[in-house]
Amino acid sequence: MAKLTFLEAIRQAQMDEMTRDPTVFLMGEDLVCNVFGTTTGFVEAFGTERVRDTPISENGFIGAAAGAAMVGTRPIVDATISSFLYPAMDQIISIIAKSRYIYGGQARLPLVLRSCMFYGNSNAAQHSDRPYSMFMNVPGLKIIVPSNAYDALGLLKAAIRDDDPVLCFEDSTCWSSKMDVPDDPDFLIALGQGDIKREGSDVSIIAIAGGVPLAMKAAQKLAKDGISAEVVDPRSLVPLDTALILKSVRKTGRAIVVDPAHQNCSAASEIAAQIAEHAFAALRGPVLRVATADTHLPFSPLIEKPLYPTVDRIIAAAQKLVGVAQPSV
Amino acid sequence: MMSDTPNSNSLEKFRRMLRIRHFENEAEAIHAKGEIPGALHTYAGQEASGVGTCIVLRNEDYMVGTHRSHGHPIAKGAVLRPLMAELLGKVTGICKGKGGSMHLSDFSVGSLGETSIVGSGVPVAAGAGLGAKLLGNDRVTLCFFGDGATSEGAFHEGMNLSAVWKLPVIFCCENNGYAVSTPASKGVPVKHMTDRAKAYDIPAVQVDGQDVDAVEAVMIEAVARARSGDGPTFIETITYRYADHAVNMGRILLDRGTEVDEWRKRDPINLYRDRLLASGVAADVLAGIEADVVAEVADALQFARDSAYPTQAEAFDDVFVDRLPIPDFVQL
Repeated sequence: MAKLTFLEAIRQAQMDEMTRDPTVFLMGEDLVCNVFGTTTGFVEAFGTERVRDTPISENGFIGAAAGAAMVGTRPIVDATISSFLYPAMDQIISIIAKSRYIYGGQARLPLVLRSCMFYGNSNAAQHSDRPYSMFMNVPGLKIIVPSNAYDALGLLKAAIRDDDPVLCFEDSTCWSSKMDVPDDPDFLIALGQGDIKREGSDVSIIAIAGGVPLAMKAAQKLAKDGISAEVVDPRSLVPLDTALILKSVRKTGRAIVVDPAHQNCSAASEIAAQIAEHAFAALRGPVLRVATADTHLPFSPLIEKPLYPTVDRIIAAAQKLVGVAQPSV
Repeated sequence: MMSDTPNSNSLEKFRRMLRIRHFENEAEAIHAKGEIPGALHTYAGQEASGVGTCIVLRNEDYMVGTHRSHGHPIAKGAVLRPLMAELLGKVTGICKGKGGSMHLSDFSVGSLGETSIVGSGVPVAAGAGLGAKLLGNDRVTLCFFGDGATSEGAFHEGMNLSAVWKLPVIFCCENNGYAVSTPASKGVPVKHMTDRAKAYDIPAVQVDGQDVDAVEAVMIEAVARARSGDGPTFIETITYRYADHAVNMGRILLDRGTEVDEWRKRDPINLYRDRLLASGVAADVLAGIEADVVAEVADALQFARDSAYPTQAEAFDDVFVDRLPIPDFVQL
């Protein structure tokens, strides 16, 4: 067992897999200078051919990852901040997601597209995106959203070994949290397996990425008031562990979905719809979403912070569902 | 131009160009009768561009193409049956009936896709070159696109990456004069597409795209450069498509006047037949090849017609390596 931060777990996953498999390589902007600390020691270990700095050319190098994957390598692309995926939408959607299908299974695209969600720190609207739900609307892309170091290590290693394209969204609010992780170089977490982060009986809080630590704090506080909350972390959004979510909701009869992304057409909306369609009879109240307000994220911190999900908003949602009287606003 | 000797290579070029022409003629005829669903983008007129480049490649070399996809795999040596079956939407099609006319891509001859978003194949080709370099093999990648694609960002980004990383890629701009209906003169500010390559310091050459030997000659140089690690080459083949952007659309998008007739006078197959005859190849040898090709196309069409359509479950295969769950409303 080693105690790693989330970012150290990302580094470890890449280090393990590049050591194990010579066809795995890493490319992206400013990797050699190691901006976020996920490539510490990589140039010394693997050289600049396999740790490849790119021009600022996202559509170019993300498309190149597709071509390189099709000829037998396993690229990991570090797109740094998730907003930088947008210039490459053409390649991600028309090439990476669709090539295997269009060509009747002839193409194989084992590649991982990593990016971080760098929000909550006065980075203004263009650098604060959390865009996973856009990609959920495109068949052919697997999506992982780890919320801690343990999951980041196991999920990213599984993603690198997966023969399908995987998008990894890394929540910067989770970066510095430390956790014990296994030393086993073959430690993997299968994509599509959610995790019960805390057991409870009164309300299910299904939380995504940075929503998970918030939900855990909310659950602790709720427990003091006698409300037992279960925290469910889907860990991957495609495939989604619907069975685990529904099992929890059928047990508690109440559901809150916490999602750091904008609410409109969000992952939270999809999860809420799944619950409504498949577990309606078990519900004792409406499915509530605690997501980010549907406006852009402003620079000034005082007006940025209240737009995201907070512990207080989750607690208020839980109290409303279990029938605790709400203070009038 | 190089004098041709009647060797098997020249007869193979003749055979592959004829295969494309007869395949396209048949496809156009049955599309008009409603046997082929969707739009049909034919390659007739551009045969020397595809065959002159592909003939230089090994089977394991890579190729990325475009929505005008029928000619490229045939030029690279693909067999016709799965290609025709794909046009008819059959399960025996090269893409199991999921790609169709814009995506005839046969990975067994080195294809990595024929993509219908203009310019989108260029970064993919750069990536195939990068992959070959990292894996340490000497495979090269040929990337086809049209004059219209040179205005796309993807084109410039793929060119830039290939140049800075000295990748083994040959860019072949098949300049047929039109981006759908817009003449190249109205979409491209430079006189020659080769001028686009100057910004990336990529060696560029313009060639008569109706002359298969001329195309082959410049391709031999480009492949040698790529295989020896000296980086990419840009080839502009000046060519022409006889049909409208897509055939049988109900109306002609663009009235090209007598231009088509003028280009037909320099038809790449007729030019090459004349050259072979002049070099001493017997007329009956060429007629024999043509008869074989006609029979191959007829056989491919019969195979396609006799083949089954995909089952509904097929729509859920190949999204991922494992089949997707099938929703209840879908009748199997």
